[in-house]
Amino acid sequence: MARMSDRAPGAAGSGLNDDIGEEKRLALYRSQVVLREAEQRAFDLFLQNLVKGTSHLSLGQEAVAAGFAEAMQKGDLSFCTYRGHAHTLARGVPVEKVLGELMQRDNGLMRGKGGSMHLTSEEHGVMGSYAIIGAHLPIACGAAWRAQYKGHKDVSVCFFGDGTTNIGAFHEALNFAAVWKLPVVFVCENNLYMEYTPIADVTAVQHPAADRASAYGLERIVIDGNDADVVYREAQKAYAKARAGNGPSLIECMTYRHSGHSRADPAKYRPEGELERWKLRDPIKIYRERLLQFGVSEKTIADIDARVRKEVDDATEACKAAPMPPLDILTTDVYADGGWAWRN
Amino acid sequence: MAELTYRDAVARGIAQEMTRDPDVVFLGEDVGKAGGVFKATVGLYEQFGPLRVRDTPISEQAILGAAMGAAMTGLKPIAEIMFSDFFAVCFDYIANEFPKSRYMSNGQTKCPLVVRTGNGAGSRFGAQHSQSVENWCMMIPGLKVVAPSTPRDVIGLMAAAVRDPDPVIFFEHKSLYATKGEVPDGEIVDTLGTAKIVRPGKDATIIALALMVPRANEAANRLKAEHGIDCEVVDVRSLVPLDTQTILGSVAKTNRLFTVEENPRLCGWGAEIVSIVADEAFYDLDGPPVRITTPHIPLPAADILEDIVLPTPDRIVETVKRSLGS
Repeated sequence: MARMSDRAPGAAGSGLNDDIGEEKRLALYRSQVVLREAEQRAFDLFLQNLVKGTSHLSLGQEAVAAGFAEAMQKGDLSFCTYRGHAHTLARGVPVEKVLGELMQRDNGLMRGKGGSMHLTSEEHGVMGSYAIIGAHLPIACGAAWRAQYKGHKDVSVCFFGDGTTNIGAFHEALNFAAVWKLPVVFVCENNLYMEYTPIADVTAVQHPAADRASAYGLERIVIDGNDADVVYREAQKAYAKARAGNGPSLIECMTYRHSGHSRADPAKYRPEGELERWKLRDPIKIYRERLLQFGVSEKTIADIDARVRKEVDDATEACKAAPMPPLDILTTDVYADGGWAWRN
Repeated sequence: MAELTYRDAVARGIAQEMTRDPDVVFLGEDVGKAGGVFKATVGLYEQFGPLRVRDTPISEQAILGAAMGAAMTGLKPIAEIMFSDFFAVCFDYIANEFPKSRYMSNGQTKCPLVVRTGNGAGSRFGAQHSQSVENWCMMIPGLKVVAPSTPRDVIGLMAAAVRDPDPVIFFEHKSLYATKGEVPDGEIVDTLGTAKIVRPGKDATIIALALMVPRANEAANRLKAEHGIDCEVVDVRSLVPLDTQTILGSVAKTNRLFTVEENPRLCGWGAEIVSIVADEAFYDLDGPPVRITTPHIPLPAADILEDIVLPTPDRIVETVKRSLGS
């Protein structure tokens, strides 16, 4: 198994490190539970044939999305991949909007015109989910260039998987961002599998993102992506560096997806016991124990769980009751005039 | 009024827009300090500085991706791809990202940018630096596609492209850079989606684009002088939006249609125009529409070979004369 250093909060005997504070810790926990419950629900709805098309779940990877999103400020921008439900929800997009899009209803985030792989909510800073591997790294550079040029203080945060590190756009974007010292943070979620193939089988270095960092003059950063506190702290550092004008960061988060690559994948290629070992380090389990260590009551945790479950239940019912999109949106928004006319 | 080269018109067109709007920025390979490999952007770096005119690495995906990210968040970037053949290494942005983001996001995402590029043959560069690839872009819903043939149109259509809220692919013809034309003083702003009748006539309509426009004009002059055939030459200028009304109006007047395309034959823009005319103006036609194109082959490098494959005034004259039975 890849790097699994279990960083307990604070070193043994040194007392708990409470740099994050209870309010933020509860937000980090709640966010992870929302992602878990919403995506588990998406999977259940798929089994009921209510979620159509494909979907790529982040079950097991919630700490990365929650940690980076909770460290963001309003106005910071997220660029996601087709595995983007978690990153979208983590910015505060309502569960109903996301499930509605997955169920291809009129109440969906894009009224069914985008689908699971293209979740976008600019009002929440979610600048799109990109289904062509690597495409959004240069796009995030461009958004960061705008911030640099206009003197804005927002950071562009670009999430991608380990498989993305072997496509050209990754390397073009890293070099570009480093040379222009852009306020962009590249976040690699290394879940050990590019799709069905272990990333180690197809990559020349052990850490597919971090071991390439030196080629672009960047620091080599590998963190435990299943510990939301570790993620949150690293995100804060990287955002502060970007806002200060000190350029990009590349952060490789070690994590694991509990489900297959997509809904079509039962993940039979995994070695026996691997999933079970990672489930011992389930990010939500880790964080629940963390909260208890900090003296948060079982009841407070159970209340959060119950409220989130109700939110997801209510969203599910709203989506089931929502109409399908009307046919007249078929030809809207091809061009900026709202229509699709290509001739007079 | 001044005489200007097509090459200098590019720099003037960009400068006009950068002067007007501080959100217009320009990036590409060798475009700044070096003034562009075709010297079409000389002086912009000095005039607007390194923050607005940015030299990039040889990273076409990064260039187009960065342009898109900047456009989505409030800038109006002009990106140069040195040779249009290189679209093939960054085609994801042209085919998948620029044109689909607005639609997929149900109207949330904007992408107001211009990609300008050196297109077309005549420089003896061979098959990977000479192509006319406007058809690659015309087929994609969500893009606008422009190809000016004169210095004045370069400036006016550049202004229209920069001010347009949609992604515009702006094809400059490499073999036109040295050509000259009269350009009025002051600001020039044209309109996308408008064709121009550059030579009125009554016997046949010749539709052309970019380098094929002066060749069609020369052919029309000879057809008139030598054979008494009076051709109307229409410069399409904008493939998307396509000014079909000007084309259909011309065919209604002349009753014959010829297209002159530099691209290889299959799926050329002329086929689309012929199809529209066949659908909507069939009974205006006195004879079959005729497409004059480059044959369906890669472009050769040697001058003697390249000159044979591109449509020439000679070929246009012969084709029109034969078709009209003169």
